[in-house]
Amino acid sequence: MATIHVDGKTFDVEGSQNLLEACLNLGLDIPYFCWHPALGSVGACRQCAVKQFADENDTRGRLVMSCMTPAMDKTFIAIEDAEAKAFRKSVVEWLMTNHPHDCPVCAEGGHCHLQDMTVMTGHNTRRYRFNKRTHINQDLGPFVNHEMNRCIACYRCVRYYGDYAGGTDLGVYGAHDNVYFGRPADGDLESEFSGNLTEVCPTGVFTDKTHAEHYTRKWDMQFAPSVCQNCAVGCNTSPGERYGEIRRMENRYSGSVNHYFLCDRGRFGYGFANRKDRPTTPLLAGSEQVFTIDSALDAAAELLGSCARVLGVGSPRASLEANFALAQLVGAGNMCSGLGAQEQALNRQVLEILQLGLAHNPSLREIEDADAVLVLGEDLTQTAPRVALALRQAAKNRGLQMAAEKRVPDWNAAAVKNIAQNEKSPIFITSLAATRLDDVAAQSLRASVEQQARIGFAVAHAIDTSAPAVTGLNAEEQAAVTQIAQALLAADKPLVVSGTGLLASSLLDAAANIALALKNQGKAVGLSLALREVNSLGAAMLAAGTADLSLEEALNALINGAADGLVVLENDLYGRAPKALVDSALAAAKHIIVVDHQATATAGHATLLLPAASFAEGDGTVVNMEGRAQRYFQVYEPNYYNAGNLQKEGWRWLHALAATRNNTPVAWLNLDQVTAAVAQSCELLAAVEAAAPNAMTRIHGSKVAREPRRYSGRTSMRANISVHEPRQPQDADTAMAFSMEGVSGPTNSSALIPFAWAPGWNSPSAWNKFQVEIGGHLRAGDSGVRLLDPAFDAATYRTLNLSSASGLVLAPIYHLYGSDEQSARSEVVASRVPASYISLSTADAQAANVVDGQNIELHSGGFTWSAPLLINASQAAGLVGLPVLPTSPVVNYGATVTVKGA
Amino acid sequence: MSTSNVNLGLTNVGPETHPLTWRYTQAGKAVTEIAEYEALEGYSALRKVFTSQQPADVQAEVKNANLRGRGGAGFPAGIKWSLIPMGPDAGQKYLVCNADEMEPGTFKDRFLMESLPHQLVEAMIVTAYAIGATKAYIFLRGEYLLAAERLNAAIAQAKTAGYLGDNILGSGFDLDLVVHTGAGRYICGEETALINSLEGRRANPRTKPPFPQLAGAWGRPTIVNNVETLCNVPPIMLRGADWFKGLSQGKSPDAGTKMYGISGKAKITGLWELPIGTSCRELLYTHGGGMADGLELMCWLPGGASTDFLMPEHLDLPMDYDTIMKAGSRMGTALIMVVDNQQNIVSVVRNLEQFFARESCGWCTPCRDGLPWTVKILQSIEAGEGEAGDIETLQQLTRFLGIGKTFCAHAPGAMEPLQSALKFFPGEFEKGIQA
Repeated sequence: MATIHVDGKTFDVEGSQNLLEACLNLGLDIPYFCWHPALGSVGACRQCAVKQFADENDTRGRLVMSCMTPAMDKTFIAIEDAEAKAFRKSVVEWLMTNHPHDCPVCAEGGHCHLQDMTVMTGHNTRRYRFNKRTHINQDLGPFVNHEMNRCIACYRCVRYYGDYAGGTDLGVYGAHDNVYFGRPADGDLESEFSGNLTEVCPTGVFTDKTHAEHYTRKWDMQFAPSVCQNCAVGCNTSPGERYGEIRRMENRYSGSVNHYFLCDRGRFGYGFANRKDRPTTPLLAGSEQVFTIDSALDAAAELLGSCARVLGVGSPRASLEANFALAQLVGAGNMCSGLGAQEQALNRQVLEILQLGLAHNPSLREIEDADAVLVLGEDLTQTAPRVALALRQAAKNRGLQMAAEKRVPDWNAAAVKNIAQNEKSPIFITSLAATRLDDVAAQSLRASVEQQARIGFAVAHAIDTSAPAVTGLNAEEQAAVTQIAQALLAADKPLVVSGTGLLASSLLDAAANIALALKNQGKAVGLSLALREVNSLGAAMLAAGTADLSLEEALNALINGAADGLVVLENDLYGRAPKALVDSALAAAKHIIVVDHQATATAGHATLLLPAASFAEGDGTVVNMEGRAQRYFQVYEPNYYNAGNLQKEGWRWLHALAATRNNTPVAWLNLDQVTAAVAQSCELLAAVEAAAPNAMTRIHGSKVAREPRRYSGRTSMRANISVHEPRQPQDADTAMAFSMEGVSGPTNSSALIPFAWAPGWNSPSAWNKFQVEIGGHLRAGDSGVRLLDPAFDAATYRTLNLSSASGLVLAPIYHLYGSDEQSARSEVVASRVPASYISLSTADAQAANVVDGQNIELHSGGFTWSAPLLINASQAAGLVGLPVLPTSPVVNYGATVTVKGA
Repeated sequence: MSTSNVNLGLTNVGPETHPLTWRYTQAGKAVTEIAEYEALEGYSALRKVFTSQQPADVQAEVKNANLRGRGGAGFPAGIKWSLIPMGPDAGQKYLVCNADEMEPGTFKDRFLMESLPHQLVEAMIVTAYAIGATKAYIFLRGEYLLAAERLNAAIAQAKTAGYLGDNILGSGFDLDLVVHTGAGRYICGEETALINSLEGRRANPRTKPPFPQLAGAWGRPTIVNNVETLCNVPPIMLRGADWFKGLSQGKSPDAGTKMYGISGKAKITGLWELPIGTSCRELLYTHGGGMADGLELMCWLPGGASTDFLMPEHLDLPMDYDTIMKAGSRMGTALIMVVDNQQNIVSVVRNLEQFFARESCGWCTPCRDGLPWTVKILQSIEAGEGEAGDIETLQQLTRFLGIGKTFCAHAPGAMEPLQSALKFFPGEFEKGIQA
């Protein structure tokens, strides 16, 4: 603790921070540019100057940069000092000597930190009358726009992109007032996290190109607190909508999960919600009939009524509520997880391991605290990218420690970097081939899936000899095993990361064994297991203890006549089971009802297609890989723009269908009722209602406004249809209002934060106003509730069971763009999806007598696939890599295959 | 300027009185071969230190000698060294010689390196020994091609002679000395920017603390000293601190000699090694022969472009760190630039500010954007197109680009000639403002 004196007032502060952070924590505004809560201080912009006095008797004082000055005990400063204010005003004036003042045509306008700081400092008259320097802009690819003339050279972009995110293709060039921030040449930004530049940049140099395609000012968009739908990490997002279209996806701060940053799949992969081919009204195959909700339900009930046994196929991309409603509709024994047997078993295994409580399942913030990490098999940058970004921060803990030994505080970013140089906390990675995280790894081991499992088991054994030993490691691998075990044992916060990506239960067993071995050695260990989709874990929890069918079982039941009706919820079966099997099953089914918001191949076979709400049009709860249940809130009501739009949440359709079919009253009138039913019927989800405040929540008697205070043009929005403005849609499901009326900005009482805004703070910097401490947790608590924190009882070591397959084995290769079905339906993401290929190591390609780029065929059982060969020199031998892409077939990964030139 | 104008007119130049230059003056040429250097007491300080003294002894002697940094700031070298961690756990340490001499009007280090390369090599070996650095770099201005050639040759010869390399003179001390040539940025003379550049990073200065003594090159303890500072170390070790302090007896509380120099329209321009505290009048009129025929002295810069102008009335002040500081300027490198009465002071200042604006590293706002604005206003005034308020804007810039407000001393240095010109010659600026 320290006592500081600011403008004659006395405050108790935490003591290890700098003055800028300390003052912002106290709610005092000091303008700044180069400082960023996640990037620390470098003292470049000189905007945060304050007057510091030696003691209470010093009246002269001297200007200091608050970001570079520790908030030590007995610090006397004045923010409101005349010289300090004049200096801060001058800083903006200097920045403006080259800034083009093009706010009216700049995409940043309205959420621009530079605008806010200009107003805050009072700079309103420019004395500079000379020419401005100009730059040539670059094409940085489909995601990020570049307008260098707006640059104020705060250096945040390169510090974020290089130092924080590990990117190597964005740099600073030139000198004096001709510094240039860009790539060596035009081209796609290579980082998986490039989109954060749009928020890190305090002005309009880096802006969201996808937003520019259908630009709307921040104040004219409607927002809701949301959760990214594109992987299992569950990053918090803030989608902005206008005229029934998502215009932009911004980061929504979470002190536990994503903090300030998203991955590019999350930020730019929202376009699936805007697709013009989305179903918006019920469609009966072969009919032109126009349905109302009621007539559609009647038709659906009639279809189901004519079936002897109806199976329900759920989805890991649908909410808990929707999956639950489907299970209720079809009844026990008829519910299918919607997953192939292999993935279903793996997800169950993940849940089973997490339920043992042998290790803590860390949040992203906790992952960043780890000081030794083993990543077993999961290509995180491609499957759970935000975890990879967190691990990059974990690698820096050693440097922070070295700096602390020299009494250099964490926030002194450049000094910490200098002291750390190339020293890193140890991170070990096993993988099939080089990964985009290898640059922070102490060691990267490339091996087959089976060999990686052996390595994992051997690590557990090296930590605790009572864990089963394995054979079959070479000397290099054995040495690595010893090194990994020693590093994990030496760490204060060891972490094991794996996942379902390689579709190998042996890897999950290995990860569990290592965690148990560390626990047996008295270590507080973290275990983080990546799953594939936004609600993979939630769906597994919902199905726990029930006899849910695998997709193959459900499809076979249709084929062999054990069932004849099918209800598919938000799932494209063609992405999860072999095409021939799906074709036969759908052909065999008497009636198929599909509830989806995407026009998938499966939807094309629907007898009746019911239009589901996407994340943007409905509410729901999903559980991320951390076991955190989080609510996404409806962003807008599609029906407001077009009365014909009948998209409804999956749970609404399915529950209403059940009521119609059974001729019972509709029991669930709002989301809280469904969520309560989920909590009641499923033990693992008993606490799920705490994921978000309920619909009755009010702050100072009001709902929370989805629209910013300055939302304009609402009265004319529908004037082309009718000059009478209809009543705003009413939201019975949540405490949010489709209106600018209601609570806006920081409050102490709610986690319902649709967008970052506080008086005077229109940019993402406004998040500072919502936090307990800068960069920390949200005052109202980070959104969501952790559901899986069981007490440890007992666990036994697992044994290694490997198949005795020999020859080449088929292995999945993941791509940030393409391996997730939903985001790949976004046009801009689709443009980055790689073309299909088959990859081999150099040696295996030579053995098969095939050359790079050549079309090759792979054969496995009766299955054949052909694609161009990609020789990957980093790939382990014995593998045939087949990318997980929309264009790839559903195959049996792990099977033995042969390859030959086509 | 030709470097042959060294000690012109001085008599009785010897090791007792001119420790930095006597070899050159006695030999009448550059002393580049190791045998020549050894014949002129060369490497005798090194032999003395390595055979009879501990690192702590060297540190104590230099501290006692009150050797102040000759790069311009005047920070006592002994105190700087005393901040570096010593002992068996100190780990890798570095010694770096700041030879990136780019201060306008300054050419003393160039002379020392071109004409007496072994003197610097010996100095660095002794200093590295004193601070326990096993790797040393000479960060050399890229344009100093001859100095690079001669230093590299001297290093090779010193290695052959056993003064460099492993187990120097059987002491158990190892040293690797490398010449690193810079790519031509003035800011590399700032010691932390120099370190960044040495590491292959952008030449932006670093924040202090941590100081380089604690976390310098590659994050390790590092001492950075100027060429001239280092060259004083061997004579101090050979003749003692008391002798060194006696060199400037009666002239200044500062110790030793100083490389003084003149540029501008004086009769004779060049370098002289004189007791520290010699007056500018003696330098300019006794050694430099006064101003060129027909010209009068308007004002002068005491030690490079980044010092305040002084006036003719300041000529009798002893040129040492504290006296010049009290007069409102800085001694800097002590190579004076004289401005004659036919110059337009606005043009002189504009020229200097253009240099500083160009050489800004672009890191902090006041320097990056304030200096170009300064230049544009000065150009406007120079062209007679100044506007009302311009002088006030310049005055505000001199305050807001001052010490503590910018990231490093570059912009504050740039403001020194401007603020003093505005103070001494307000009318010259007002003439350029449109009515």
